[in-house]
Amino acid sequence: MKRFKEIIGLGMLGLSAVIVVLFLGIIIFDITTKGVGVINWNFLTDFPREGMTKGGIFPAVVGTVFVTIITTLFSIPFGVCAAIYLSEYAKEGGMTSLIRAAIRNLAGVPSIIYGLFGVALFVQGLHFGTSVLSAGLTLGLLTLPWIIATSEEALKTVPQSYREGALALGATKWQSIYSNVLPYALPGILTGSILGLSRAAGETAPILFTGVVFSLPSLPDSVFDQFMALPYHLYILSTQHHAIEQVRPLAYGTALVLIVLVFTMNMAAIILRYRLRKKFQV
Amino acid sequence: MANNFSTVANPIRKFFFNGVKITAFILLFVLVTGCERKELGKASIQIKGSDTEVNLVQRLAEVFMEKTPDVSIAVTGGGSGTGIAALINKQTDIANSSRSMKEAEIKQAQNKGVEPVAIVFALDGLALITHESLPVDSLTIDEVAKIFKGEILNWKELRAPDLQISLYGRQSNSGTFVYFRDEVLKGDYSKYMKMMNGTAQIVEAIKQDRAGIGYVGIGYVVDSKGNVMNGIKVIKIAKNVNSPAVTPLDPENVKTGLYPISRPLFQYTNGIPAGEILKFIKFELGEKGQKIVSSGGYYPVTADYIESNRKLGILD
Amino acid sequence: MKFIKIKEKAIHFFFFLTGISAVIILAGIFLMLVFNGFRLFEDVGLSDFFFGTTWNPSAYEKSSYGILSMVVGTFMVTLGAMIIAVPLGIGAAAYIADVASPKIRETLKPIIEILAGIPSVAIGFIGIVLVGPLIAKTFGLTSGLNALNGSILLSVMALPTIITISEDAIRAVPRDYKEASYALGADRWTTLMKVTLPAAFSGIIASVMLGIGRAIGETMTVLMVTGNAIAMPHSFFNSVRTITATIAIELGEVPYGTSHYYALFAIGAVLFLISIGVNLVAEIFITRFRKAGI
Repeated sequence: MKRFKEIIGLGMLGLSAVIVVLFLGIIIFDITTKGVGVINWNFLTDFPREGMTKGGIFPAVVGTVFVTIITTLFSIPFGVCAAIYLSEYAKEGGMTSLIRAAIRNLAGVPSIIYGLFGVALFVQGLHFGTSVLSAGLTLGLLTLPWIIATSEEALKTVPQSYREGALALGATKWQSIYSNVLPYALPGILTGSILGLSRAAGETAPILFTGVVFSLPSLPDSVFDQFMALPYHLYILSTQHHAIEQVRPLAYGTALVLIVLVFTMNMAAIILRYRLRKKFQV
Repeated sequence: MANNFSTVANPIRKFFFNGVKITAFILLFVLVTGCERKELGKASIQIKGSDTEVNLVQRLAEVFMEKTPDVSIAVTGGGSGTGIAALINKQTDIANSSRSMKEAEIKQAQNKGVEPVAIVFALDGLALITHESLPVDSLTIDEVAKIFKGEILNWKELRAPDLQISLYGRQSNSGTFVYFRDEVLKGDYSKYMKMMNGTAQIVEAIKQDRAGIGYVGIGYVVDSKGNVMNGIKVIKIAKNVNSPAVTPLDPENVKTGLYPISRPLFQYTNGIPAGEILKFIKFELGEKGQKIVSSGGYYPVTADYIESNRKLGILD
Repeated sequence: MKFIKIKEKAIHFFFFLTGISAVIILAGIFLMLVFNGFRLFEDVGLSDFFFGTTWNPSAYEKSSYGILSMVVGTFMVTLGAMIIAVPLGIGAAAYIADVASPKIRETLKPIIEILAGIPSVAIGFIGIVLVGPLIAKTFGLTSGLNALNGSILLSVMALPTIITISEDAIRAVPRDYKEASYALGADRWTTLMKVTLPAAFSGIIASVMLGIGRAIGETMTVLMVTGNAIAMPHSFFNSVRTITATIAIELGEVPYGTSHYYALFAIGAVLFLISIGVNLVAEIFITRFRKAGI
């Protein structure tokens, strides 16, 4: 009887795992089967035509890449520096606990609140207007807590002896960090950063009011231009477009491209971590 | 005190410095392209607003840009309210609006130094749509108002099966939302009305909802040949119990006003339009533009609106 | 020698600034929300705001700014999501951490990571095209755009958080605990239920709180599938409105500086405080988790 109970119990746990995998499977299956027929070279390189009922999603792909670059340029240097502070310089105490608490709380702030903040600060306050810059910075703020957390993790895994070795040889604190800690934390930092940026690439709420638009006749020329983006494109195609029947396959195609993009970034991060770890065992 | 970084394994150093180089390059690229834009000096027009109008205006913009390639037009939806807010905030050149600006909005604009000017470029019939299986073909305006205000709750009160009425509408940023409420309901919507993100979602939802009813611009439910989409039914509307119920699918009904729910589609500019903006608006009002309007499922501007446009001095 | 010392101090200060910026940003967001939100109360009463059930800022007759229905809507979809995600999540986490073979574990972990990475708008899309019609057919409803749909989708989004953190907590339980239990003759199931899971309790609760935080803060998914009706919901089959959806819907249409504009910041502030509150509870449990030496 006991044995029976054990089998049922453990079986239920296994079932939970199966259900979770099933969720993922259904989502991927539906989007892939209905979207793959739409994807071809033209879909990826053409502009939308005839009111988005024909043509492709090229400007949305470019827009997403463009805004993600801005996010990267802002959040990674900023985030890694903050992580260096926490891991190398900060003394445990009131101020440091406050900083850590702030970072954890920032991670939990809803993305639409970042959007509100972005409108108030970047669009209006700093007069950047609705632009790639405003949207990129807003996404950068959203990604910052993640970058800081994963970078700090990476820095922590570097053994203390590395630092002490450099100091023993007469290096200053910064020199020891720069030469003996950073390089070895780089794999972890990179992996975390790429994962964080892949999340940013898929976000819609923060860019809604900070710069994304429905249709542009040409690609953005500068960071002060508005832009199209994949997640927003999918949103519009699935809720606001007029010829929904015609456009439904295109929506599936857009969803597939978006998922493949995010997935590729995730894979790149994981492969990078694996290869760099192999190269220098910490 | 030599820099110990040189003792670190080569691959890491290469990687790191490559990263720095790439970053610097991207930064440079971004800055340079930023400057480039000012040199080119391409004229650009910003149009924001009505979801009802966005596809039509986009199509007009597409054709216009083919003829005048040195002008670039960016069109966004978001609802009439969004367009008007953008005009007031000086963030757009043209505000698409499927309703007229309210007194309060006009005052707000003027307080901020914006002088809204209304141009009518098309007419639109608002269609009431239901699931194709619903055995109701016509309704009076009064019944429609009662349904959407939540005073009639079940289809059985209207000679149809016992089904709770499932209401679909837009959100408050939509001109269609405001127009329908102010002109047809003359009161507030039922709290139970589902507020969809766009007309497409309304049509989509009603196709699957046997008890659904919603209001959409006619252009959304007919294709270029004038045939109604599959799965939905367009209800005939009567002004009152004594008038005949007419369908908005016949353009004559809308043009002559026989179909009671029709409205002008506006574009608002800051002051009388000039330059490239004026060129575009003239194109919209011209023969080619109005043809695009008709093929989109909307109706060309009628005489009285042509008159009001002329008074603004924008027609030749 | 002195120059180097100054340089080092400057570098230290530079890094300190980047660290403290986190606090500045958080404070900035809070202040922006509160300062703008407070201006709403120049026109609207506090009790009308917090206890009013109708949110209708651009009403035909009188504008009303009552958030109660929205708050209930938000909590409803979150509750529904947790009812689905918590048992599934903890169960899956226990399976991955304790029962599964290493090979299966190495397959499942990436799968969970992939699930976590799916953008919210794609999940909302699935809600419209797949889950909605399914719900309508299963329950004989005419429409599948309701709180239930939102709950199902939010559970999918919260699951990776709950699973990953719970799994960490379960794996962190010292082997001695389990071995002692086995030594006393308990089988795997009993050990799991009576020893391992209770020991990992703090970590599991923390994961649930973070999952709740994720669900409460989600915007696009609920915007696309819950129907957005402003009425107070009575059942999961009703269409509901969440706070996040309201901000996303209305932020675009408000001219800056109107009551409606301030109202959106006010509900943003409410949402922000709820998120911070949930986070605080999570942190209390994380501290317990760490302190217990596990």
